[in-house]
Amino acid sequence: MPKISQKAIHKYLRHDKNFPHVWCSGCSNGIVLGATIRAIAELGYKKDNIAMVSGIGCSSRMPVYVDFNTLHTLHGRAIAFATGIKIVKPEMKVIVITGDGDATAIGGNHFIHGARRNIDMTVILINNNIYGMTGGQYSPTTPYGDRTTTTPYGNIDPTFDICDLAIGAGATFVARTTAFHAIEAQSFIKQAFEHKGFSLVEIISACPVIYGHLNKKGDASAMMKSMKENVILIEAFEKLSDEQKNGKQKRGIFVNKIRPEYIEEYDKLVRSLQDEKGGE
Amino acid sequence: MRYWEVPFGKEKPKTPLGEIHILKERCKGCGFCVEYCPKDVLEMSDEFNSKGYHPPQIINGEACVNCGLCETICPEFSIWCTLKEEVAFEN
Ligand SMILES: Cc1ncc(C[n+]2csc(CCOP(=O)(O)OP(=O)(O)O)c2C)c(N)n1
Ligand code: SF4
Ligand code: SF4
Ligand code: SF4
Ligand SMILES: [Mg+2]
Repeated sequence: MPKISQKAIHKYLRHDKNFPHVWCSGCSNGIVLGATIRAIAELGYKKDNIAMVSGIGCSSRMPVYVDFNTLHTLHGRAIAFATGIKIVKPEMKVIVITGDGDATAIGGNHFIHGARRNIDMTVILINNNIYGMTGGQYSPTTPYGDRTTTTPYGNIDPTFDICDLAIGAGATFVARTTAFHAIEAQSFIKQAFEHKGFSLVEIISACPVIYGHLNKKGDASAMMKSMKENVILIEAFEKLSDEQKNGKQKRGIFVNKIRPEYIEEYDKLVRSLQDEKGGE
Repeated sequence: MRYWEVPFGKEKPKTPLGEIHILKERCKGCGFCVEYCPKDVLEMSDEFNSKGYHPPQIINGEACVNCGLCETICPEFSIWCTLKEEVAFEN
């Protein structure tokens, strides 16, 4: 992979105004921002051709820092706003930045129907297993037994597998990696950008200050080490026994296929009706 | 150049040498660059920046191979590396 110079990265950041960013020391969000910017720099996209849309959350603060067309919207609604942009400006590259709470709790419906309709956008989902911004409530991806401010005796909810959810709903590009695997994240994000249709890149991330602290996961570096050890490539994961799979997750590209894209289908329908009625 | 015109092993592989740049004021002292540099080029310093974090310092600059891992993993864009020169690889 070519090394992207710091200069190229600065071109895409609002670095003169908004840095240092608001995220805590050791938070993965900054790493994901770096991977996203490097993927864009590799592809050489024009700034004005990109729309970055987010909901609410620590992760969703990302658009503040990038020099694209940016929309920081309502909690859970990023995909709905992104759909609107894509309908009126289909030539635009639409990127959604969202968190586990934003996309799978309050925004769960937008997420599954975006995937079902196969709308051309890339969703980068930063999964830190908690509501970071509001002080550490549990989310649909909080692991069983873990402590949060709303599960002080341990979480009894079964956990969502976000990639399985996206595949079930019909997403056409689905991948998972971690913030520790930042170079892989850059590559998956790049492939997702190049994909036509609904693409999801789930990035397992660390919120050391709240989730890590409540669950005695050690410091930020220890959480990065745990991602390295416990989120393993599909091939290695499949070789493990059921017992060994406990506490481990697989990473890689799970789905990469082509299916009619929603905005194109919509456009076709409009054109056929216009032809029928003589272009009124 | 056509590769088959060069006898095998004649051209010595080159090792890149990197120059490290640290924006101390932007660092939040997470320690990732120190922990994950494959060449142990860095260590955390005792110095404080104005926000009260300890930035890293260079302890073995000549060992840096410009691999870029520190800048890829830094959440703050506060460390990066540029190519200084390429030197012949010594075994
Ligand atoms: C309609 C609405 N409900 C609730 C909130 C409060 N709220 C803000 S962020 C958030 C959770 C964010 O969690 P996640 O998406 O995982 O982001 P993180 O902070 O972990 O990156 C909640 C519940 C809100 N802003 N708007
Ligand atoms: S609270 Fe957690 S998710 Fe939010 S910025 Fe801090 S470490 Fe990151
Ligand atoms: S570029 Fe690579 S070798 Fe040089 S300091 Fe960074 S991580 Fe270490
Ligand atoms: S990775 Fe970046 S923020 Fe963390 S200690 Fe190194 S320079 Fe500072
Ligand atoms: Mg979260």
